[in-house]
Amino acid sequence: MPLRSDIKKVLMIGSGPIVIGQAAEFDYAGTQACRALKEEGLEVVLINSNPATIMTDKRMADRIYIEPLTLETIKRVIELEKPDSVLSTLGGQTGLTLSMQLAKDGFLESHNVKLLGANPETIDKAEDRQLFKDTMESINQPCIPSKVVTELDDALAFADTIGYPVIVRPAFTLGGTGGGIAGDVDELREIAANGLRHSPIHQILVERCVSGWKEIEFEVIRDRKGNLITVCSMENVDPVGIHTGDSVVIAPAVTLADKEYQMLRTASISIVDALGVEGGCNCQFALNPNSFEYAVIEVNPRVSRSSALASKATGYPIAKVATKIAIGYTLDEIVNAVTGCTYACFEPAIDYVVVKYPRWPFDKFVYGEKKLGTQMKATGEVMAIGTNFEQAIMKAAQSIELKLSSMRSPKMMQESDEQIMTRVNTPDDSRLFAVYEALYRGIEDVEEIFRITRIDRWFLYKFHNLAAVERQLESGRLDEILYLRAKKFGYLDSSIRKLSGVDPAPFHREAVYKMVDTCAAEFPAETPYFYSTYDDENEAAEFIGHHPSDKKTVIVFGSGPIRIGQGIEFDYCSVHCVWALKEAGYQAVIVNNNPETVSTDFDTGDRLYFDPLTPESVDSILATEKPYGVVVQFGGQTAISLTRHLADKGVRILGTCADSVDAAEDRERFDEILEQCGIPRPAGHTVMTTEEAVKAAESLGYPVLLRPSYVLGGQNMVIAPNAERVVEYMGIITAGGSLENPVLIDKYMMGTEVEVDAISDGEDFLIPGIMEHVERAGIHSGDSISVYPCRTLSERIKNTIIDYTGKLARALKVSGMVNVQYVVYNDEVYVIEVNPRSSRTVPYISKVTGVPMVDLATQIMLGAKLRDLGYGTGLYPNAPYVAVKVPVFSFEKLTGVDTQLGPEMKSTGEVLGIAKTFEEALLKGLVAAGYKLEERGGVLMSVKDADKPEMVKIAEKFEKLGFELYATPGTALALNNQMVATNSVRPMQEPSPNVMDLIDSGKIHYVISTSKGGADPKTNQSVRLRRRAVDHSIVCLTALDTANALADCLLSKKQMADIDLVSITDL
Amino acid sequence: MSIYNADHAWLMLADGTTYEGRSFGAKGTAIGEVVFTTGMTGCQETLTDPSYFGQITVQTFPLIGNYGTNDDDVESDDIYMKGYIVREWCDSPSNFRATERIDNFLKRHGTIGLFDIDTRALTRRLREHGVMNGVITTEPITPENREQLLAQLGAFVIRDAVDTISTPAQRLYPAHGPRKYRVALFDFGYKRNIRESLRARGCDVLIVPARTTAAELAQLKPDGILLSNGPGDPGENVQVIENLRDIVALGIPIMGVCLGHQLMALARGGKTVKLGYGHRGGNQPVIDFETGRTFVTTQNHGYAVLGDSLDPAIARVSHVNANDKTCEGVEYLDVPVFTVQFHPEACAGPADTSFLFDKFLRMIDKQKEGK
Repeated sequence: MPLRSDIKKVLMIGSGPIVIGQAAEFDYAGTQACRALKEEGLEVVLINSNPATIMTDKRMADRIYIEPLTLETIKRVIELEKPDSVLSTLGGQTGLTLSMQLAKDGFLESHNVKLLGANPETIDKAEDRQLFKDTMESINQPCIPSKVVTELDDALAFADTIGYPVIVRPAFTLGGTGGGIAGDVDELREIAANGLRHSPIHQILVERCVSGWKEIEFEVIRDRKGNLITVCSMENVDPVGIHTGDSVVIAPAVTLADKEYQMLRTASISIVDALGVEGGCNCQFALNPNSFEYAVIEVNPRVSRSSALASKATGYPIAKVATKIAIGYTLDEIVNAVTGCTYACFEPAIDYVVVKYPRWPFDKFVYGEKKLGTQMKATGEVMAIGTNFEQAIMKAAQSIELKLSSMRSPKMMQESDEQIMTRVNTPDDSRLFAVYEALYRGIEDVEEIFRITRIDRWFLYKFHNLAAVERQLESGRLDEILYLRAKKFGYLDSSIRKLSGVDPAPFHREAVYKMVDTCAAEFPAETPYFYSTYDDENEAAEFIGHHPSDKKTVIVFGSGPIRIGQGIEFDYCSVHCVWALKEAGYQAVIVNNNPETVSTDFDTGDRLYFDPLTPESVDSILATEKPYGVVVQFGGQTAISLTRHLADKGVRILGTCADSVDAAEDRERFDEILEQCGIPRPAGHTVMTTEEAVKAAESLGYPVLLRPSYVLGGQNMVIAPNAERVVEYMGIITAGGSLENPVLIDKYMMGTEVEVDAISDGEDFLIPGIMEHVERAGIHSGDSISVYPCRTLSERIKNTIIDYTGKLARALKVSGMVNVQYVVYNDEVYVIEVNPRSSRTVPYISKVTGVPMVDLATQIMLGAKLRDLGYGTGLYPNAPYVAVKVPVFSFEKLTGVDTQLGPEMKSTGEVLGIAKTFEEALLKGLVAAGYKLEERGGVLMSVKDADKPEMVKIAEKFEKLGFELYATPGTALALNNQMVATNSVRPMQEPSPNVMDLIDSGKIHYVISTSKGGADPKTNQSVRLRRRAVDHSIVCLTALDTANALADCLLSKKQMADIDLVSITDL
Repeated sequence: MSIYNADHAWLMLADGTTYEGRSFGAKGTAIGEVVFTTGMTGCQETLTDPSYFGQITVQTFPLIGNYGTNDDDVESDDIYMKGYIVREWCDSPSNFRATERIDNFLKRHGTIGLFDIDTRALTRRLREHGVMNGVITTEPITPENREQLLAQLGAFVIRDAVDTISTPAQRLYPAHGPRKYRVALFDFGYKRNIRESLRARGCDVLIVPARTTAAELAQLKPDGILLSNGPGDPGENVQVIENLRDIVALGIPIMGVCLGHQLMALARGGKTVKLGYGHRGGNQPVIDFETGRTFVTTQNHGYAVLGDSLDPAIARVSHVNANDKTCEGVEYLDVPVFTVQFHPEACAGPADTSFLFDKFLRMIDKQKEGK
């Protein structure tokens, strides 16, 4: 039976902001779902608070609400839009949980809304620990001995009966928040209490620890007739004990004999059948490496991160098929879009291996707890495809944006054998590289490293193979055979040159491209989805030959893994650029390595290359594609980094030229331009050494802002109040040897920060909107609450900003997009930085102003004139709404990370609030970001001396609202002196009861904490105080401006229910 | 010592295309029909599957032998294929049951292996041209011997496949646990797990030679008959097909698998056809008309029954391949017989249709009740 005739209008619930455990994969899934629904002629209503997504684009749905994902809001949307169905399984855990709540409290039934994709019974069986266990027992599927408890004492008692170590898993939490492995009673006491607190139903599972077993996953898809297939198997390189999101994963599973493989495949099928899933489902197993014993770890009856990976790994579009199943189709009715001649009931067969490598944020959070366990910590991931494991893991290492070209970490090369073995013993973000280093040096053999890590010997032997080739290269006897072997193992020409000391040019071979076709070449496929390898046949070249076109080809370089500072926004921009290119009559080719994204969907571009974004990889693609031009300005820093290389090769870079990119980054050249334009900037210098830095800082006067040039997301950016900090900073930044690019050192001005994204053709320019930050300069723009349109700037300041933006665009000969950051200080406008490329605010500003920025920029790059594009020039008229972007953090997942905001970006995602007034929009934004906005209760304040005077008026606001005020002694004294009655609380170094007990007591609903010291929780008490607040999910504000805005928001006495919902399709 | 220092080896197809790779397994020269399988696991089962008799098999999955070989995962006692081609074999296998590397396993059985070629390019060639004869060799192909080899390739046909490998004598394998049935298993080159699937369900399994006649069978008094898989062109088994006509008349419940399915169709007046490049792998979707369900099946066949060629009065097509709609199963209306083209015994591949053995036994139960 095809489409159900009783479905006409479907509500799709998105997954909200990007947080650790719920990232871009749900934009990919949701976008596919929206397209699948629209393909069937259904009307789609979408709600998602995340404005950076592609799914919230006008072409994706008929009605789009960028509104908080709360039960109340969704109910209002349903009342307003009257959909006949809700699709529950494509919006991650967030979408699923909300759908279930709607179903369970009878709301859906009373409003005649059908629940598609899952029924509450299925979800409960999969997610409720006890029901899940019971279900597994009923079909003879083994579970790990475990018990569901709601009290700490029961947890301790059960652990005594099964023995330590035990794993704690809280029910209904994202990415395992609040879970962990407890080795003894004391650890369990802490972890269990934490888990109970994080579980919305105050329930945890305590289970036998099977750490060290193999961790195997199957992605299953089932329809209502009971047809099932497994799309893909996956094997975690890291054994059970490390969250699968933090594990390096290979697909398909490689160390399982057919007997074991089929045993687990059959188990998956029985489980999915027993649960009655209709759609996609992920099954995770622990398999004893020494027997056929296995246990079901968990089941996710929805589209997930793993299903996104499985889709990209095989070419099988799980989200699309799951959507079609939800609206009535069966697997045998859905054609496989990749081959066009097989059906969705065909299990993919692949003829390559895929490696997923997680991207962790520890380059940013140096004091964060890097040890990996059951709590996921990665912000994103890359995928690499190769004809062997060695090639795939090398490609992955080259793709994770840690400046690695092989499995040898330059940092570890300096370390002693002892240090390396310590690392091998510690499961953290860099362990795999330590394992490689240990094998390379021969510190220990495969057996011993297996004993320590429980990483299957198969993988260790592969590392051995890599090490052997590396050693051979180092012998300096390079010949064609060795060269080709090294290429097949993923070594770059530059690495071969470096290792062997021989120029490999005489042997050089370009990579060839193989197709990802779901069927291992059994059927001819029409999907132009390719990966590189070193082999005989180049299918991409063949494909291009067989599809002659008079259209010019343009390559769009993507943005790589999702990481702090470079999020989903850049994928939004890349995808829009591709669409615009296609509409303008070009063939658009995408190169990217992130499996979570829409850009790497097989039918987004005309062709897709799933490969690293290294210069060499790009060269091979250029050799095969011979494009008319390339686009680098939408792929964030990843793509921009290729500019110099491409320009040197003489490749036509569409849009702003490489020289202008350089002019914006090169301090001296940029200063020259500013001088010509008569635009002031905070005084500053470029320095290469510590001595120069101190000298420069002294001449500028403290505080100063330090940062390396060529960065995004404020990487390694600090505000230094004195010479000591400058020396410390320069010490860290020069630790890896001398600098490639200079460090910028500027006078720090604490004024209002303003941001502008503009489109320019080099003559005219268009500013869709001016954004003003709530927080003053000093907090990274990505972490600031940003308001459109600007609300405090005078006409004169606005006009100055418009004028400066135009001058800069012309001076830099911008063709396409430019982002400018200003600080307004003492009623003067200063330029902080100019980035001639797209920025993270582009998606949101495009959506709220209705100016299709990427589309216009792309047309301009192709030669169009702004004035002919119909959106005018100068500042675009303000929208009749206020839009407030609120950053979202993942601090609860990152133990030990200081929550104090500063010039270095820390947020993982963002939400948007849209309303008639600032207060209303801010309220929506805060609610959407997950702030628990209690209207009464307690506020705890502990601020640095410089903030104390300003703290007074904010404290007064909370007092007026009826809050009980608490503060650490210094802050309390300052407030009481100003007649704001505040309870003084003992600091944490004093005996109980002190400030920590107060936080634990539940009396505190807001913490306002600022400090000037370092970020190390071991030495800084403020960091520990803030961490405690995070552990209790207490709103913790680290900038007075944020606290003040929040107080104003509370004072406005607005309720969410009073504020109109806005469909951006109406704007 | 890297596997990539191994000696060179070659594959030449009948169209003259030559692939140079490296040698593993046994040394020598062999001619066979080159086919590919898309199965991602189960290389040992594949190697020991007698249906590959006379063929040179290409694995499309690039990494083979990852978990080594062991004493249990064999589908017969020998390797019947002529050659084995992979992209890369694993010299450091890892699995708790592994006893041997695949290279040794091939050597022990005298099977010639070739690796380190672009197996995807080869697969695509076979897909476009259909299966082709080829020669796998560890001796260099020179301009001198090339023409001679090509002539041999042109003349090569897989002949007497079933007769060559079928058992010469009966052999009884008792049921695991209490005996409930007695089943005669025709050995056309049967896979061990067909036998084991029956034994696990309480069947005494009597292996009988391919040319066993109806009269001989009648004396053995089996409760049911299973026609096994096997290699080659079904049409060359003239005597067996002839015998089957009489065997059907005995009224004993019959289940047919793969070649057994084809032979039964031929015996009942149907026709078979050679497919371009066959179905080999563990992912073929098959639609069961009775339930409307689609099942993922294990397959290994180069010929198929033409559904239209069967007399609708005595047979109906029960299963088709969801992709190419070829006949995957036949239900006979006048006699208690059903046959399937795919492999319910799996090995290697999914066991999603193992319930067909239960269906077979229910058929026997029904027959017994009727008596």
